[in-house]
Amino acid sequence: MIPARFEYYRPKDIAGVLSILEEHGDDARVMAGGHSLIPMMKLRMADVPHLIDLQDVGGMSDVEISAAGIRIGAMVTQHDIIDNEALASVAPILREAALQIADPQVRYMGTVGGNVANGDPGNDMPGLMQCLDATFTVIGADGEREIPARAFYEAAYMTAREDEEVLTAVTVPIPKGGYAYEKQKRKIGDYATAAAAVQIVKEGGSCVSASIAMTNLSDIPIYSEAAGAALVGTSVDDAAIRTAMEAMLGDIDPTEDNRGPVAFKKHVAGVILRRAIERAWSRA
Amino acid sequence: MGKKQHYSITVNGKEEEFLTEPRELLIYTLRERLNITGPHIGCDTSHCGACTVTIDGKSVKACTMFVAQANGKDVTTIEGLGGPDDLHPLQTAFKEHHGLQCGYCTPGMITRATKLLEENPDPTEEEIRFGMAGNICRCTGYQNIVKSIQAAAAEMNAAKEAAE
Repeated sequence: MIPARFEYYRPKDIAGVLSILEEHGDDARVMAGGHSLIPMMKLRMADVPHLIDLQDVGGMSDVEISAAGIRIGAMVTQHDIIDNEALASVAPILREAALQIADPQVRYMGTVGGNVANGDPGNDMPGLMQCLDATFTVIGADGEREIPARAFYEAAYMTAREDEEVLTAVTVPIPKGGYAYEKQKRKIGDYATAAAAVQIVKEGGSCVSASIAMTNLSDIPIYSEAAGAALVGTSVDDAAIRTAMEAMLGDIDPTEDNRGPVAFKKHVAGVILRRAIERAWSRA
Repeated sequence: MGKKQHYSITVNGKEEEFLTEPRELLIYTLRERLNITGPHIGCDTSHCGACTVTIDGKSVKACTMFVAQANGKDVTTIEGLGGPDDLHPLQTAFKEHHGLQCGYCTPGMITRATKLLEENPDPTEEEIRFGMAGNICRCTGYQNIVKSIQAAAAEMNAAKEAAE
């Protein structure tokens, strides 16, 4: 497959990126690892007359951990996430999720920034970042601004990032309690039929807070506040899990595709959420 | 738009310079421009891993990288690992343990496996299957591929110990 012609740029800094975006507007797109964009360009489903490769732009490949939180540069790859012991010890859900993304070759190239910025409902990091209440940093001609992950996604491939802005970092508060990232997929490299990200805090045998987000069950990731709330104050017994599952099913809106009809997706979403809650609770 | 550009890529230790459009995919550069036909085109959709090469220490599917992205980089293909007279231990092990039938996926398998063993010199069967999950084989059922990689790992570790 041969993509349409494009002009290729490899600027050395963000100022260079922004000036190309300014000049060409939505005819230009930035690319990190390219493992979402290049397949779409090959299929000619994405038309990118001006392609801006971010690989030479420095300052976006670090993971910084402090008491205030974790700052992950946009160019940090899934492989970097898996390989980072310090990160895995403070936020093990990140490694657990990254290990379930695509395959080894894709994880060397695929980045956290690309995964969250692309707006593909099938990507795993958006739901995960909503569960963790992350904040995305974007930069444009007028400087930086912060957008909460829970307010970033508007529709499939539509986000709160403007065309002339670049997502540069993801900041995650240090997660507390037990965690699980559970994903059902048809094969290695497939997107989720359903996936769930869960963080639960337990005190004295009962749940004091729970955060739940679902992937690929709507045209955007779904942070289900009601599902989390259904667990708070309970001992996360079967009745509480059922209530959380019902609440989650009220928030998602899956469509039929080659991964199955709506009823099947809702069934799988319930199964996956139950597994994720039980595993997170057992680790809390 | 997309005018031809000068590119320079080091492939298997040899610097290659040529003129082409940025949209050319690295797998076509290797196979059709440089005549390095070890990396194969299987699916052309980033799934099968037959086109796997090593770039700056990463296993990469050469069908999912534009030549422009690879400009200035170091690329290793199966040709750079060993030849008929000096087989890489993985090549020997694939031969001895029937790690291939038709052989189409094999260059990608072996290239990926070199990187896997570099990161994890003594992998379990599960770790091999997980680490090789980006490479698809439609002949062998994977059992002999796993065996070959285990045998190569043992051979390489023994050679390393002997050297120390």
